[in-house]
Amino acid sequence: MPDQLLQQLADGLLIGLMYSLVAIGLTLIWGVMNIVNFAHGEFLMLGMFTSFWLFTLFGIDPIFSIPICFVGMFVMGTLIYRFIVSKVMKGPVLAQLVVTFGVSIFISNLAVYFWTPDFRLLPATMLQGTWQIGGVDLSIPKVAASFGSVIASVSMFFFLKRTKTGKAILATEMDREAALLMGINTERINSLSFGIGAALVGVAGAFLSTYYYIYPQVGGLFGTIAFCVVALGGFGSIEGAFIAGILVGLAQTLGGFYFDPSYKYAIVFMIYLITIWIRPQGLLGW
Amino acid sequence: MLSLNNISVGYKGLLAVQDISFRIDEGEIVSLIGSNGAGKSTIVKTIAGLIHPWQGEILFKNAPVHQAQPYDIVKMGISMVPEGRKLFGRLSVLDNLMLGAYAVQSRADVEKHLQSVFNLFPILKERQGQRSDTFSGGEQQELAIARGLMSNPSLLILDEPSLGLGPKLVSDIFRIVREINARGVTVLLVEQNVYEALEISARAYVLQTGRIVMEGQGRELLKSDHVREAYLGM
Ligand SMILES: Nc1ncnc2c1ncn2[C@@H]1O[C@H](COP(=O)(O)OP(=O)(O)O)[C@@H](O)[C@H]1O
Ligand SMILES: [Mg+2]
Repeated sequence: MPDQLLQQLADGLLIGLMYSLVAIGLTLIWGVMNIVNFAHGEFLMLGMFTSFWLFTLFGIDPIFSIPICFVGMFVMGTLIYRFIVSKVMKGPVLAQLVVTFGVSIFISNLAVYFWTPDFRLLPATMLQGTWQIGGVDLSIPKVAASFGSVIASVSMFFFLKRTKTGKAILATEMDREAALLMGINTERINSLSFGIGAALVGVAGAFLSTYYYIYPQVGGLFGTIAFCVVALGGFGSIEGAFIAGILVGLAQTLGGFYFDPSYKYAIVFMIYLITIWIRPQGLLGW
Repeated sequence: MLSLNNISVGYKGLLAVQDISFRIDEGEIVSLIGSNGAGKSTIVKTIAGLIHPWQGEILFKNAPVHQAQPYDIVKMGISMVPEGRKLFGRLSVLDNLMLGAYAVQSRADVEKHLQSVFNLFPILKERQGQRSDTFSGGEQQELAIARGLMSNPSLLILDEPSLGLGPKLVSDIFRIVREINARGVTVLLVEQNVYEALEISARAYVLQTGRIVMEGQGRELLKSDHVREAYLGM
């Protein structure tokens, strides 16, 4: 029994770190621009398909697709911001909701059109197999993704706190008007943040593609969980998203273990509801 | 140095400032006074490029700036310290100052401006690592002014720097404004502390419901009946 519990804790931690990685980009965009990017899950899906096709067509292993996903999704993110999202930034909040929602539907429908709604799996890649440590099975692709998640969170943390551009992003997040008065081009910061957010979730997609089903609607579930993680951690907080991702992962596996696996997402959303009820700004929100 | 010519500006179809003109010469302290809602902040926001005039033009060093973006205006040498300070509260004092120098390219220049700001406000040097939202009101205002100076502006605009401060701190702020001006920075001072503002100003403009109703030398306005009645309660 304790072994089984340990196994659940390990699984929870690994899936949780994936949630953290998915959520970091969303919380960044949310914090800086104060908009909900409903297309975030679809960005994840694009990352997964990028990795899938690079492997299927060119034999490029997902490990090497990671930088390609980062750059490709960064470019796509900035373009979507420039040509679509920025047009409604000064408009009513509803327009901002509708526009990212529209982008999400557009992307997932396009994916169905080109790639059919089928579920795909990558065959064995360089990241495969399991490690056994003290009676606990650790899936190697999940461990790799967790490393990626930790590295991404730590780099974002230091990028924001230590670099001039990072501080400009934080300043824009705290007070856009004051940031403008400092000489910061806040439109450029928006576009940069949108690009980084998309790039990070693109990387998450590349990792996820090594052990999860790849299909056009995959963004729905992960996108929704990412919203919970962001709200739980505090909008705009990288550290918050990191911790909340782990909490959600643990809640999901332990909940499934003690109650019934079919309730695992219900438990996640219940925790989310309780948190925003007790502490609306989230765990590390301000 | 700066001139506003027939500026009208407002918000969402509501005119707030109507057909005002004024100028600031190099080296001056010029005050803009008027009661709450008169349109003072609207005018300085327009100069800083946060909002754009509906009519009229703004010339800075003979170049039109009324369509320029705030971040370009900072580079041209205008710095504004907004009403309510608007510090980056979760960041340290040093981070706030460094953001003030965001538009400055050379590291050596940033360092130079930092030393001169520390020289003016020694307390900021001592407490540079502290989060700015732990500061008292007076210290926050000093930091806001210091941050505004980090871009090494030739024109510094201060929107109600003495707002919410006790008498001792108010006179400190006015002493600092004088000191900054003595170091060669032209100052546009928006104030409701009319007496102190007029005392240190070369010239002043009185704003009432979006229009300039009086202008003159600071000490002259202090003697005027209108100013004494309306703003000094005499
Ligand atoms: N963001 C805004 N939106 C709409 N109206 C505003 C806004 N800011 C100021 N106003 C209006 O413009 C007028 C001038 O305000 P303001 O320039 O802030 O005055 P002051 O700084 O002299 O107190 C007031 O009637 C105020 O209600
Ligand atoms: Mg005002």
